[in-house]
Amino acid sequence: MPQRVYITGIGMISSIGNNIDSALKSLFEEKSGIGSITLLDTSLKDKYPLAEVKMSTEELLSSVGQTGKKNLTRTALLGMIASREAVKSANIDNINKFRTGLISATTVGGMDRSENFYREFLADPKKGHLIDIINHDCGDSTERIADFLGITGFMTTISTACSSSANAIMFGAQLIKAGFIDRVIAGGTDSVTKFTLNGFNTLMILDKNGCRPFDENRTGLTLGEGAAYVVLESEDVMKAENKRVLAELTGYGNANDAYHQTASSPEGTGAFLAMEKALNLSNLRAEDIDYVNVHGTGTQNNDLSEGVALQKIFGDKMPPFSSTKSYTGHTLGAAGAVEAVISVLSINNDILFPNLRFETPMKELNIKPFTNVMRGVEVRNILSNSFGFGGNNSTVIISKMN
Amino acid sequence: MMPIYITGLGNISPQKTWDNNLFLEDVSGVETNCLHSQDPNYKDYIPGDTIRRMSKIIKMGVAAGKICLADAGCAMPDAIITGTGLGCVEDTEKFLTNMIRNNEEFLTPTSFIQSTHNTVSAQIALLLKCHNYNFTYVHRGFSFESALLDSMIRIHSGDSVTVLLGGMDEMTANTFTILQRLGHYKMRPANNLNLLMDSSRGAIAGEGAAFFLLSGKQGEKNYAKIEGIDTIYKPDPARITSDISAFIQRNGKRKEDIDIVLLGLNGDPANDRIYSEVRNELFKETPQAWFKHLSGEYQTVSSFGLWLAAKILKNGTVPEPVLLEGSKPGNIRNILIYNHYRNLDHSLMLVSAL
Repeated sequence: MPQRVYITGIGMISSIGNNIDSALKSLFEEKSGIGSITLLDTSLKDKYPLAEVKMSTEELLSSVGQTGKKNLTRTALLGMIASREAVKSANIDNINKFRTGLISATTVGGMDRSENFYREFLADPKKGHLIDIINHDCGDSTERIADFLGITGFMTTISTACSSSANAIMFGAQLIKAGFIDRVIAGGTDSVTKFTLNGFNTLMILDKNGCRPFDENRTGLTLGEGAAYVVLESEDVMKAENKRVLAELTGYGNANDAYHQTASSPEGTGAFLAMEKALNLSNLRAEDIDYVNVHGTGTQNNDLSEGVALQKIFGDKMPPFSSTKSYTGHTLGAAGAVEAVISVLSINNDILFPNLRFETPMKELNIKPFTNVMRGVEVRNILSNSFGFGGNNSTVIISKMN
Repeated sequence: MMPIYITGLGNISPQKTWDNNLFLEDVSGVETNCLHSQDPNYKDYIPGDTIRRMSKIIKMGVAAGKICLADAGCAMPDAIITGTGLGCVEDTEKFLTNMIRNNEEFLTPTSFIQSTHNTVSAQIALLLKCHNYNFTYVHRGFSFESALLDSMIRIHSGDSVTVLLGGMDEMTANTFTILQRLGHYKMRPANNLNLLMDSSRGAIAGEGAAFFLLSGKQGEKNYAKIEGIDTIYKPDPARITSDISAFIQRNGKRKEDIDIVLLGLNGDPANDRIYSEVRNELFKETPQAWFKHLSGEYQTVSSFGLWLAAKILKNGTVPEPVLLEGSKPGNIRNILIYNHYRNLDHSLMLVSAL
């Protein structure tokens, strides 16, 4: 029998709070992190809102005891802060007591600094501060996080666009089940950059007023930033350490839509296959799912394609669903982990968090998200979707410990 | 442990490796500090209307993937898993440059869309209409290794029978200049065949895409078996030889069973020091080979190393230009590949004959 995989720790920093407690408060109070741009220096400042982490890079540096240093990117810093909280929450004192790995996801890596480097470099290839480019690659943030946490074992970085950190969690679980490793810190981190903001702007899929997932009048997504990590531990570690378990990772699946580099298929093929694979692995039926944390970006294309796939999976028994991107914005490489952490919070607090700013149901669908906090609901199994460019579709299922 | 077979190869590199009938017969020396790929006719592998928009890494990756699938006679792999250190740099730079020069105005989406790191594996899935598992790893010197590990775990667990595995990176002019300024690459050209005679700082740069069809079952063609993979982050230099010995032992072999050790020497004296120690302390009696004078140095170059090992095992012979020390072994059963990236990410792969 392969090992069961438990979630024993969570950590998160995002626009709705710099730690789990403050995020939970925002979630309870239906307080979105989306707002006017205050930190990113962009000429699109007055055009679009963002879901920024409300700390300057200098403040983030201080938080990890690196005041005044210049060798860390915002992406790495966010990852360090969230992973530190996850490790603490799992009550881990000696990180290398068991075979411990780090799997971190990111889409932009150190782009927040590369943007500065290239400005000078393009004018003169001998110019540009090398310290602004040395941390450009995605693997850098992961190694900085590993060094910060003292992890010396297996580490890797995943980048499959917006499904990246769901895939990090999935690969972590696979490594534990294969007996390759005993525990994994898995999740993702991304900072907002001009590169991504402009990129999504060229695709004309940014909402000028904050995303409205699954709304008939939705006009696009809102970019966010943040980092989130879960601590996954094997059954053996859980028993040996008599660990408090927050939830069990019971299912996961990845499939490719194979339809278009960015657009999702009208039939939601990849989304359907990912959900089906995850359900099969967890030995759960669709009716066992109590809540779906949808990918729900707020773009015309995603929400329709995902909605069609949801209707195919759940038929006329659609459980309550919401896109918590209405709180956190779309945190890209961190999104899957952010939503996994929110799912763990739902399971542990018997509470479901709503889809903010939703007004009008989509005319193509017969399902609609709920719009107010639902308290006192028994949440046994949550299905969470994360879909990315390149048709990369992932689903994870998180269950209450039984 | 269930054996994992390499049943197909596709390799685009600075040598003429895309033709699977050839095996480094026409290697010639060049004076350079940056090796670029020798390209097949991409139109033979990629539809003409899509080829125009593709950057170098996408072309190399998609074509190498298709060459590999054809070699293995596989129409639809159960998974596509790739590794890339820097991903789609050309598209990233293009979008970034336009964004900076035009002050965030008048931008078009194509290069942004294609800048995501999983573009190559996505494009292969798209061309094949392959809905299966599709992952991309982007961790410096562990990018390809992570993809290989994932592939092996999927085959062992029964989740996949066949996996299309690839490692690729492209070298743009800007990336070369930046990495050169960082000291990764040599300031002046060197003769690649006499690379180890050049004592200047840095390696020679390279690029390429190497793909493998891995299978839990023997195929029509079988190049080699993959026995084991391990990654070591920032190893204690004093312990690297015992780490390597432990890896060999863990995979059920003795040091004497290693017929060739394939080393990631790249011509940068600081980089190569640890290889000298390993050669002297562990492999004095073992024939040694190397490959980065043919491939150049980049983050997923260990995929070129694995390609070389697979070809050596299949052909039963070591091409002259890759032999570093010792005489050509007669019966080649086991090859150990030891590589590191910037002395941070060290990796070991053990490959055997059928």
